[in-house]
Amino acid sequence: MFTLFKDTLVSQVVTLWKVFAKILVKADTVQYPEEQPYMFPRWRGRIILSRDPDGEERCVACNLCAVACPVDCIALQKTEDEEGRWYPEFFRINFSRCIMCGFCEEACPTNAIQLTPDFEMAEYVRQDMVWEKEDLLISGTGKYHDYSFYNVCGKKIGGKDKGEAQNEAVPVNVRSLLP
Amino acid sequence: MTWEVGSPLSIISILAVVIVVAAMLIWVERRLLSFWQERLGPNRVGYFGLLQVVADMIKIFYKEDWIPPFADKFGFVLAPAIIMMVILLSFAVVPFAPGVGVIDSNIGVLFMLAMASLGAYSVMLGGLSSNNKYALLGALRATAQMVSYEVFMGISLLGVVALSGSFNLREIVLAQQDGWYVIPQFVGFVIFLIAGIAESHRLPFDIPEAEQEICAGYHTEYSGMKFGMFFVGEYLGLVLISSLITVLFFGGWLGPAFLPPIIWFSIKVFCFIGFFILLRAAVPRPRYDQLMSYGWLVLLPISLINLLVTAAIILSMQ
Ligand code: SF4
Ligand code: SF4
Repeated sequence: MFTLFKDTLVSQVVTLWKVFAKILVKADTVQYPEEQPYMFPRWRGRIILSRDPDGEERCVACNLCAVACPVDCIALQKTEDEEGRWYPEFFRINFSRCIMCGFCEEACPTNAIQLTPDFEMAEYVRQDMVWEKEDLLISGTGKYHDYSFYNVCGKKIGGKDKGEAQNEAVPVNVRSLLP
Repeated sequence: MTWEVGSPLSIISILAVVIVVAAMLIWVERRLLSFWQERLGPNRVGYFGLLQVVADMIKIFYKEDWIPPFADKFGFVLAPAIIMMVILLSFAVVPFAPGVGVIDSNIGVLFMLAMASLGAYSVMLGGLSSNNKYALLGALRATAQMVSYEVFMGISLLGVVALSGSFNLREIVLAQQDGWYVIPQFVGFVIFLIAGIAESHRLPFDIPEAEQEICAGYHTEYSGMKFGMFFVGEYLGLVLISSLITVLFFGGWLGPAFLPPIIWFSIKVFCFIGFFILLRAAVPRPRYDQLMSYGWLVLLPISLINLLVTAAIILSMQ
């Protein structure tokens, strides 16, 4: 009888009191548009295409991001300039499908594609969710300030011959070793 | 125009105030619930979100008012009107303050109980005519719950009636000048409170509409303004039950003279409305059979014993 009393009546009263006392607790709500939340630097939001320290496009149109993307929302086409640099002719991300997973950033060998802490990307027209290269390209280097793909890779482009990249030895002329 | 019972001024202002208060309760409830859940609740439309109700009403007016083709049209349209009507009619006998009221009926308590029982028809009709299994389940539950809770809701009041010697609600208030009936009739008060929650099917006894179990119960098929009427009807019921508790157990408009009587009445009613909302925030819903057996096996006997003891004490004091 006593336990019944304790389990029903007393516990209900205690519950009511504890919930009532919550009225003094400060609300957890962040009043968003007026009160901006702190976004962590590694937050995965709006995608950008960065440039290398010389101001050239980093992306070499290798298509690895498009392959890695689980929802297939990246479309691009490779082209080449007269110096031999590869770059995308168009680069298109359909943000109405992107799930901000960050796989593209992980796949990218040149640190070109990066996710940023910006998340305010709502649009009234669905077609406006498709971003072209002009929309994605920024003028800076993003998260990696010193990295320049063509300076560390062995590919020969205009103004940089074989063997001139960082930590790269001049190639051995195999024919000269012939007896 | 003067303030006297039954004058047009009285009637019109009671009608207006009661409906406006019931509509505003939608906002009050959402805000209070969110405070108790460490949120802020609707606070954008107007100061503190006060105009949220207006926004909701505009939205609900623009919604498609749809009658399902398989429903029984007549009952479907009639049901929401009944609940609004019977609850507004019950307010006719509530004495708000000296000179404020619609009628001073000698059978006020009986009239109120009768009207409250008629409210069951609205729920039953709504569920039955919707021709939907969830609505039917809700209506079944509502009918069983209301029928069983009606019984001791009446009996729990008889103690008060015996003490004051009147069925007239205004005289019951006046008889409480030496002390509120909540003290001699505490058991009756608790039982009436529980029955009142069950009667207005508010949480934790909202079993007829239990969203998590049966969609929205008896008003599953309703939309637009018809749903709005059920919705406001529920809040009207909340105001009614709170006013009745105030009148029957907490001395109605009586209170120290530094505030006008109507203010005392409103303060008391709002305390109870707040309590009902707190119940919603804190107490989980019992299982259906638990509710029924609790009603018949515990509350009914207790209310009967309460009545007998009260009667015995009154007789022995004479
Ligand atoms: S973040 Fe994920 S979904 Fe979005 S483009 Fe990159 S790989 Fe695709
Ligand atoms: S963004 Fe990176 S992974 Fe994608 S095509 Fe360009 S270089 Fe390759």
